[in-house]
Amino acid sequence: MLKVTSVSRDFADHRVLDEVSFDVHSGRMTGFLGANGSGKTTTMRIILGVLAPHGGTVTWQGTPVTQPVRQRFGYMPEERGLYPKMKVAEQISWLGRLHGLDDRTAQDNTRQLLDQLDLAGRAGDKLEELSLGNQQRAQIAAALVHDPELLILDEPFSGLDPIAVDIVLRVLRDRAARGVSVLFSSHQLALVERLCDDVVIISGGRITASGGRQELRNRYGTARFELVVDSDAGWLRDHPEVSVVDMDGPRAVFEVHNGHSDQQILHAALRRGEVRSFTPVVPTLEEIFKEAV
Amino acid sequence: MTSFAAATRLIAEREIRTMLRLKGFWIGFAVVLAGLFAVAILPTVFGGGKPSVAAVGSSAAAVLTGADLDVRQVDSRSAAEDLVRAEDVDAAVVSDGSGVRVVALSDPPVTVIAALHTAPPVDLLAPAAVSHGARTVVIQAFALVFFVFGMGGAAVAQGTVSEKQTRVVEILVSTIPVRAMLAGKIIGHSLLTIGQAVLLIVAAPLALRLGGHTELLAMTGPALGWFVPFLCLGFVLLTALWAVAGSMVSRQEDLGSSMSLVMLLLLGPYLGVLMASDNEIVLTVLSYVPFSAAIAMPVRMFTGDAQAWEALVALGLLAGTTVLIVLFASRLYSGSLLHTRGKLALTTAWKQAEN
Repeated sequence: MLKVTSVSRDFADHRVLDEVSFDVHSGRMTGFLGANGSGKTTTMRIILGVLAPHGGTVTWQGTPVTQPVRQRFGYMPEERGLYPKMKVAEQISWLGRLHGLDDRTAQDNTRQLLDQLDLAGRAGDKLEELSLGNQQRAQIAAALVHDPELLILDEPFSGLDPIAVDIVLRVLRDRAARGVSVLFSSHQLALVERLCDDVVIISGGRITASGGRQELRNRYGTARFELVVDSDAGWLRDHPEVSVVDMDGPRAVFEVHNGHSDQQILHAALRRGEVRSFTPVVPTLEEIFKEAV
Repeated sequence: MTSFAAATRLIAEREIRTMLRLKGFWIGFAVVLAGLFAVAILPTVFGGGKPSVAAVGSSAAAVLTGADLDVRQVDSRSAAEDLVRAEDVDAAVVSDGSGVRVVALSDPPVTVIAALHTAPPVDLLAPAAVSHGARTVVIQAFALVFFVFGMGGAAVAQGTVSEKQTRVVEILVSTIPVRAMLAGKIIGHSLLTIGQAVLLIVAAPLALRLGGHTELLAMTGPALGWFVPFLCLGFVLLTALWAVAGSMVSRQEDLGSSMSLVMLLLLGPYLGVLMASDNEIVLTVLSYVPFSAAIAMPVRMFTGDAQAWEALVALGLLAGTTVLIVLFASRLYSGSLLHTRGKLALTTAWKQAEN
């Protein structure tokens, strides 16, 4: 488990991170959400030792993260970085060796990854000859080649087309299933919703919410339901137990004041006629995000 | 786990492989080789022709016998003047009653006049071991080689900036110690330079033999032997500085300003040695100053002005300075490598290394 505890960082007189604390659990995908400039990249750079914290600690499996520990991490920086004039496969296996793999394993892993990422055909090309999307796949391969125990990916999906997103998703899920901890930042909430197990939300350098996706939904979700009946649903407006959020003929979205009164409403609706649908409305991450920020 | 040594080796390996694939690297080396051959051979080819003279009359011919001139006998003064006008000969020597007159086109033909002079015999009490011409050739060759290799180190600065610009530096820094990156770069590029130096040492005797300087060859041998360790250490010193020059800026466009100081440290000694080659005191001083020692001391060894212990002292000074500069550079390098906005002041880089 990666544990970030009370990490702070200033740039000149400006405090960019203020007592940031959160965990990234093994075998789980943790989405790191925040607006531009909220401190996501700074936090990731501190975890990777690219930047020094001005306070707080980062530990991995209980020990402070030092350079030898970081060799077991995989990192994909936000501003993509590989050698433009080096050949794709050569570069990825070189990075594997830099992370401690022997030559043979580095080459085998590279071949496998390029296959999985659908990039095997470009193995011998220089990086700069690839399209931006393909360069990004190469970048992901570079972060994965040494079978890291923790993956830190800064906006891994930006600039990828939908097919590439699916390919990369599959590769990342596969890693998480094998016990790898994955922390990735994104501003694409729908993607995070599909992908992550845990969510950390940062705003203005402070963590405003963190936990399991479901847990956050329960915490931030209001008891909201959607009812669709055959006739007009206007009677709900007069019901003392609810407040109507949205009403459109036979369809109504409402919130119950008391956690148990949803069943009473359903009974009341059934007494008035046919009920076509009665569904709890789960808040999207976007709604949680807006509320938490 | 990659050890410091393994990381250094991997960085060095990548640097060497990248350089060997660069056209510019091979062009640079070809220029040095071509320059070496040119300095050795061209004076023989172009300077070797004797001045030609047209001689009129028997007394003129008599004066010219024994002179190192290409003499053509013509019948009349007007025929000789025609040859001079047509620039078929450099001058004409015409009998003039008791003596001779020299006829030339626009300027007095110095070599011809010198050949006609009867110079008094000279006894040298302390003849120089090396002729002035040979000395110039050797100084130029050493200076050229050092300068070209030193400039080759600029590739380290460019490589460092491009790592910063592409942000690959973030991946490297999160993986291996920053000092291993610097060490790998210095070792990789130094190995390349040593390789080139060895090739030059093999080529130099060949060039000298082709140029007909067999005597010079016998004399240069020991100086070349001294030149190699000086060249290698001098190169390590410069490479460390080039790397810092690269780490101080964040874009290729800004590189010029930070490289100018290193250029100065390279160009200054180069010009200094070339200009002071006749001034023994200045040359002696330059042969101990670490930045110019690499050229000046092997030159002094060559001319026989310096003893072996002097070379060893200079080499020791150079080695000490190199160690200091590398330590200094590694601190500046770590302090500035992750700075990605604009140009950094040296003092800021120095302080940042503490964080």
